[in-house]
Amino acid sequence: MSSLVPLPIALPLVGAALTILAGRSRLAQRIIAVTVLTAVTVISIVLLVHVDREGALVSHGGGWRTMGIALVADRFATVMLVVASVMLLAVLLYAIGEPGAERNHVGFQSVYLVLAAGVAGSFLTHDLFNLFVSFEMMLTASYVLLTLGGRREQVRAGMTYVVISLLASTLFVTALAFLYGATGTVDMAKLPQRIAELPPGVRSAFAVLLLVVFGIKAALFPLFFWLPDSYPTAPSPITAIFAGLLTKVGVYALIRTQTLFFPPDSRPGTLLLFIAGATMVVGVLGAIAQDDVKRILSFTIVSQIGYMVMGLAFFTVAGVAAAVFSMVHHIVVKTALFLVGGLIERAGGSGRLTRIGGMVRTTPLLAALFLLPALSLAGIPPFSGFVSKYALVDAGFASKEYGVVAISLVVSLLTVFSMVRIWAGAFWNPAEDLAGEPEAVSRPRIGRLGGPTFMVLPTAAVVVMSIAIALAAGPIYSFSQRTADDLLRAGPTTEVRER
Amino acid sequence: MTLTLAFTAACLFGLGTYLVLQRKLSRIIIGLGLLTHGANVLLMGSGHRGIPPFIGDGDPGSFSDPLPQALALTAIVITFGVTTLLLALAFRSWLLTRDDEVEDDVGDRAVAVGEGPRKEVSDQVAATAEEDEQDETGVSVHGPGWTGPGARSDDEETDR
Repeated sequence: MSSLVPLPIALPLVGAALTILAGRSRLAQRIIAVTVLTAVTVISIVLLVHVDREGALVSHGGGWRTMGIALVADRFATVMLVVASVMLLAVLLYAIGEPGAERNHVGFQSVYLVLAAGVAGSFLTHDLFNLFVSFEMMLTASYVLLTLGGRREQVRAGMTYVVISLLASTLFVTALAFLYGATGTVDMAKLPQRIAELPPGVRSAFAVLLLVVFGIKAALFPLFFWLPDSYPTAPSPITAIFAGLLTKVGVYALIRTQTLFFPPDSRPGTLLLFIAGATMVVGVLGAIAQDDVKRILSFTIVSQIGYMVMGLAFFTVAGVAAAVFSMVHHIVVKTALFLVGGLIERAGGSGRLTRIGGMVRTTPLLAALFLLPALSLAGIPPFSGFVSKYALVDAGFASKEYGVVAISLVVSLLTVFSMVRIWAGAFWNPAEDLAGEPEAVSRPRIGRLGGPTFMVLPTAAVVVMSIAIALAAGPIYSFSQRTADDLLRAGPTTEVRER
Repeated sequence: MTLTLAFTAACLFGLGTYLVLQRKLSRIIIGLGLLTHGANVLLMGSGHRGIPPFIGDGDPGSFSDPLPQALALTAIVITFGVTTLLLALAFRSWLLTRDDEVEDDVGDRAVAVGEGPRKEVSDQVAATAEEDEQDETGVSVHGPGWTGPGARSDDEETDR
């Protein structure tokens, strides 16, 4: 079984090489990419079921038991892997369905598969330096995807994005250098014991250093400004996958390192609570000030990251379980919203709310596809967002952190407001008098579905998935609790390694 | 020796930070280069407590720890690749705008000019954005960095 563990990283890389070889035929490239991602999805589901029943799986690179780089598939890694690979597959189908020059670029499928490998590597690795390498693999692919096409707007946003990410990576290497100097290892199985032997001041410094590194990647409060600037300029499918996955990989690394490495007394719980509160508030206020569908959605990513960090900041089983549940919920819902956002832009000819309107009549299906995940994001019952927010609030009351709970509820209300603004601007309000503007004439023809069939179908699939999370909330939440239990006891992964 | 390394790393970090805070992308790239070199020097200085991860006959005390060197090598390769990409972006930016200055965000400008997403402001920004789009028609067919031979010789002429 453990021989399956490296496959989610290896298969996409092989696929990327094959798509380069098949560069002459777009059809062959697409078949390879879809096949590989389907295989990865199946493998991740098998891993998830197996790991939940039998415990974590370990694969040692090259058979070097004590010195090699290990890959560990535990509950947290596999659940993220399953959600991520399903989203990667859905977005790839959407990108193939979208007529457009950038997705026909010879490098698109290859770079996309490298991104998939990087994401899988970040989830599975059990070596801090290998985490850095996986991050870089994922980020370098994202730089290329963001600037593919080389439009002026993309180049401008791409520069900010690449510079800030490279800066974060440099800080990561710096943190690794200090950590290696202090403990003599970068193996995540040995680090917890070695870190526990360090003086408390040094431990706290490492906790905060890693918080800054992953805080930039996850777009936490003072370090989030690059996200709403760069994400909306990419083509819709690429924005969707960035929004769904990349920041969540940062949150994943944050949760993993803070729970695994640091004993309870040097965890920056209070600091994280402040950051979580500020991230939620600033993100949602930014969303309210914006006028463009993708920019509003980008700011709400920041706001939602605050919720996950809030769950982590309690450092209780209930809190971390709620954080894991919100990650699963948020990846699916956010991807769905951005996919619909792309369709809105396509059907309306613009993403600016002042320029579109009345789409509830012209494209009723899009209206429904938008409304369901939007209500879910805002946390309206009976959707998955409600379950995740209820779990977070419950964990907050259990930890007696009433302040942050109050903030999260107010932010929830403001999220409803920002979603209603998109709803009103794009769908409900009648279209303003656009007859005189050339834009109204040059819109692409929209079919009965509100867009090309192969764009609408994957979108609908992701929306249905977000509803399925709400329906299966019980099992998913109890799974999240088992995951949180693993993480906070820091048990299974270390035990398995020692065997 | 460790002190020299620490001093070098500190200098590199200081200079790098100063350059990264500039607005021209070419300076930012040099700054990032210095910063990453600083991180690598730090990595080299960190390796003395590790165990040599291979089996041999010699006295382990005489081995230098190879792991940080391998890590630094990996980090150098990654940074090299990303820096190349950044240089390509800077060149692209120069082709499109005759400048490699990092511009302000369009949406931020819109919010800053009017106090909110009012129609006139958005339209004004939209108008500039549309002009931008017109500028670049026919550029992106061949992918980034390519504007056709004619365009490039024009660039050189205007420069001279």
